[in-house]
Parts: sequence; structure tokens; C-alpha cells
Amino acid sequence: MATATATEIRPIKARMLGRRMKPWPHYVKRFFLYIIMIALSVIFMVPLVWMLSTSLKTQGQVFAHPPIWIPRPIMWQNYIEVLSVAPILRWLSNTFIVTVSATLGTLISSSMVGFGFARLRFPGRGFLFGLLLATMMLPGIVTMIPTFILFKTINWLDTFLPLIVPSYFGGGAYNIFLVRQFYLTIPTDFDDAARIDGANNWTIWLRIMLPLNAPVLTAIGIFSFVGHWNEFMGPLIYLFTEEKKTLALGLRGFVDPYLASYHLNMAAAFYLTLPMIIIFFFGQRYFLKGVVMTGITGR
Amino acid sequence: MATVTRAPQAGVLARAAGKRRRSKLAIREAIDGYIFIFPWLLGFVLWTAGPMLASLWLAFTRWNLFMPPEWVGLDNIRQLFADRFVGISLWNTAYYTFLSVPLGIIASLILALLCVQEMYARAWFRTFFYMPSLTPAVASAIVWFWILNPEVGLANMILKSIGLPPSQWIWSAKTSKATFVLMSLWGAGGNRMIIFLAGLQNIPQSLYEAAQIDGASSWAQFWHVTMPMLSPVMLFNVVMGIIGSFQVFTGAFLMTGGGPANSTLFTVLYLYRLAFEQFNMGYASALAWLLFFIILGFTIIQLRLAETWVYYEGG
Repeated sequence: MATATATEIRPIKARMLGRRMKPWPHYVKRFFLYIIMIALSVIFMVPLVWMLSTSLKTQGQVFAHPPIWIPRPIMWQNYIEVLSVAPILRWLSNTFIVTVSATLGTLISSSMVGFGFARLRFPGRGFLFGLLLATMMLPGIVTMIPTFILFKTINWLDTFLPLIVPSYFGGGAYNIFLVRQFYLTIPTDFDDAARIDGANNWTIWLRIMLPLNAPVLTAIGIFSFVGHWNEFMGPLIYLFTEEKKTLALGLRGFVDPYLASYHLNMAAAFYLTLPMIIIFFFGQRYFLKGVVMTGITGR
Repeated sequence: MATVTRAPQAGVLARAAGKRRRSKLAIREAIDGYIFIFPWLLGFVLWTAGPMLASLWLAFTRWNLFMPPEWVGLDNIRQLFADRFVGISLWNTAYYTFLSVPLGIIASLILALLCVQEMYARAWFRTFFYMPSLTPAVASAIVWFWILNPEVGLANMILKSIGLPPSQWIWSAKTSKATFVLMSLWGAGGNRMIIFLAGLQNIPQSLYEAAQIDGASSWAQFWHVTMPMLSPVMLFNVVMGIIGSFQVFTGAFLMTGGGPANSTLFTVLYLYRLAFEQFNMGYASALAWLLFFIILGFTIIQLRLAETWVYYEGG
């Protein structure tokens, strides 16, 4: 009873006193929350800020003690200079070719296979889908050696093909699973209506399902792009010639500063990182949505 | 799928014929089904099932890619147990996994719990936490190699300025593995945090309200509402975390090359050397299978244990 009267009085009082009505521990909590958030943000961002900062310094400022955070002068020319140390632009364009081709394959084949699993009935569908889910948990390391031998046998070593072609064959169990889950949320009435109008499965997939599936495909596209962009082990195994390397592989020599010095190393690293930052800012909501969609797996 | 039965004009007579027609349609649908999943099916044979069988066979051979493979029976398996680098690398990998997975999961959960609070600039904080996980492994190796430099790196400069002793980081066998764990925690705000965040947002507010009416403290609410509701997501993160971290490779390959004193020789790094530097394909395949069985074992244990702690709302 006492609580009932208290809640009745509260809004009136609160209106009278405005925001100050909230008890003081609330503000102490808020204060600490912001302090913690800011401190954590600083900790997480320091390596990236330090990368950027070092990349814009003169050689003399790199080793300054205490550390200099805002370089003066700002050496934008470091980004030009590093291009003469290694064929970074070439590697960048290689990476683009591989990443875009592989992402395209992932999108086409995962949406196609996902449609088969979600919409068409065929014997063994449940078993095959179970198999697909099981491959998600398969560590890639068991298949690595024979796959290498396969590509070696068909003379694909030192070409981009081993990095691209597998994407066209399924596009990854994870992505197929996501697409299928998304198809399942679309009412079958759409298919039925199209079938009555004489559409076959291909038309239904291309004309009805693909446009409806745009959000999940965007998310998959972004993840696939990021994944292929960052990939290291594949290029390491399959590419040898200097002009054929991807940027991630090419920058291998920049870990230790024997090739150049630290400020140039950081500029090189930033060439690799910047596209990821740009993609994140443009595709932020798809990123978050995409990960949330993968969260289905946990349920 | 059910179009035929739905056609309203279909009379009683047509119904008998309908069955035959439906089975014809079903066959066509099944054929289409196989065509649609064909890319995956072929990919599965070419890049999963085939290689697995091949690798199983390779594990019993000696092969350097140049001479024809030679069947050696159980020699490779015997060698696995005699090879001290296998033991060292498994120990290093286990050490790394059992530190980085629990710590990483706790860190991701804490970050998610913070990010779920109402506050100004929440999207910005989330972005800052997420950014490191987007940094390509090679780029982060480059920047960490510089930050951790014992003489001129930022890490020791900061430690000294707050009165702590400097560390040798990845350049000392004592601290190298712990440093790799620390670097893995830098990515704690990545996808794992977002998955937790989604899980937290899925918990119905009514459960908390009910708990509050029952007088549960925030601590009690966390353990009796948040954790059970989050447990399926937790299981997913633990299983995927262990699978991923048993295959740790790139950082050590780029920064330490397995050193100092083999303290960061992780299993996949050793495997890479056996296969692609020494071209010892048979023995490397045997090691790959050993690692596979270890990962499989942990995954099965996780899924079994899950029955005791994971709460599924539906059943």
C-alpha cells in the first residue's frame, strides 16, 4: 500500500523538481560508467591511433621520448615514399581482384544453395543440411594439405584461382545457413503466387527471393569482403611471385623494420587497414545486423 | 510446393489423377533441389570430403611431393609421440587456448554488458571496441611488433612512466605466450561481443521486472536471469572460440616465428613448417589429424557439458 501511494506521488514531485529528482547514486553510477567507457575506448584505440600517428612522423620523431602523439610536421609524403619500397599498389589491386571475385562467388552460390535448402523438397535434404552444419565446426587445417596438392596437380599454384574458385562452390557453410534462415522467414505465398503465374524455381529465386534477400546478402557480402581482404594463410600457401601477392601477404616483410623503418611500416599497414575502416563506416548497420543474424546459431 | 492441392477448380475426379501429377511435380522439385544445392555438393566433395579422405590416407605415407608417396603404416603416428616438438607445440597451443578463450569471453561479455546500457555516444563506444577486430592480422602484427619493442616501444614507455618494470613481451620465453593472449584480448570487442549484445537485447524486459518485484538484487538478476538466457549464445561463443584458438597461427608466424626457445611454436605453425617448408606431407597430415581429434574431443565435451548448463527457452 505504501508503495502504491509512493508511485502516485512520484510523478508529480518529479515534474516539480525536474531531473534533479533522481537519487544521487544514479549520477555516481553514470559518472563511473562514462569513465569506464572512455578508458576502454582509449585502450582499444591506442594501437590504431599509434599506427596512424607513427605513419605520419619524420624519422626523427618516431623514437621521441616521451612519445609524440600528434606529429609535426605531418608527413603525408610517407605514404608516397613507402610505395617505392614495395609494389604496394600492385598488391592492393591484386587484393581487390581476389576479394571482389571471391565475394561475388560467395554471394551467388550461397544464395542459390540456400534457396535449395529452404524452399525445395528432395530426398536427403535433412541429412545434407546436417552435413553442411557439421562442416561449420570442421577446423580448416585437416583439408589444407590435400587441397594444396589438388591445386598443385592442376597447375593452379601461383595464380589467384585457389583463392577465388572455391567461393563459387557453396560460398561457405555459414553463409548458406544464414541465407536459408532468411528465406525461411519469407512466406511461401510469394512462391505459390508466382507458380500459379507459371514461374519456375529459377524465376522464383532470381525475381522474388533475391530482391527480398538483399539485407542478408549485403551482410554476407561485407563479411566475405572483410574475410578475403584479411586472409593470410591462403595467399601464403598459394602465391609466390612478388607481383602476384596480395597486400596482406606482401606486407609480411614489413613486420620487422629491416625493409624500411617504423614510420614507413605503419604507413604500409595503414594501406591495408584503411579499406576495412571505410567499409565499417559505410556498412556499420549491416555489420551489426549480420553478426546478430549469426547469433541465431546459438539458439 | 502445395500448389496442386490448392487449385480450387480441381474436382473430385481430378483428385485421383492429382496424386500422379503431384509425384511428377515432386520429382521435378527434387531434381531442381539437387541442381540448386549442386555447387555446394560439388564443393563439399572437392574441398571437404575428398581432402579429408586424402589426408587420412596421406597420414600413413611418406611423401615429399617429388617422389611417389610411400606407404609407411603407423610410422607417422609413432613419430608423433616421439617428436618433442609435437608435445611442445600442443602444450603452447593448449596454454594459449585455455587462457585466451575464457579471458576473451569474459572480456567480450563485460564489454557487451557495458554497451547495452543506455548512454550518450553508445554507437561510438561500440565502434571503438569493434575496430581492433577489423584490423587485418598482418597490420596488427606490424603495429604490435612496434608497440612491444622492448627498447623503444610504446608499451614499455607507458609502463615506465607509471612506475612499472618494463617487459620483454614476445622476446622472452617467459612472457611470449601471455603476450599473445593479451594481443588476442585486443579483439574482444569484435563479433563475439556483438553476438553477446544481440543475446542481451533478446532477453525480455518482463523477466527483469518480475525479478525486481521478487526483490532480486542486480547481482542476483545477472546470475538468475541474464546468464541462463544468455547461455545458448555463450555455448556458441565457447565452441567457436576453442576451434579458432586451437588453430592460432598468423601472429606467431609473423612476429616470433615460433621463438624464443620454441615458446610460441603453436601446432599449426609447426604443421605449416612440416608441410610447406620441409614438404613432409605425410607426417604433416598425421599431425593435422591429431589436432583435428583434439579439437573434436573438446567440441564434443563442450556439447555434452552444455546439457547441464545451457538453458533453452523452447524446450
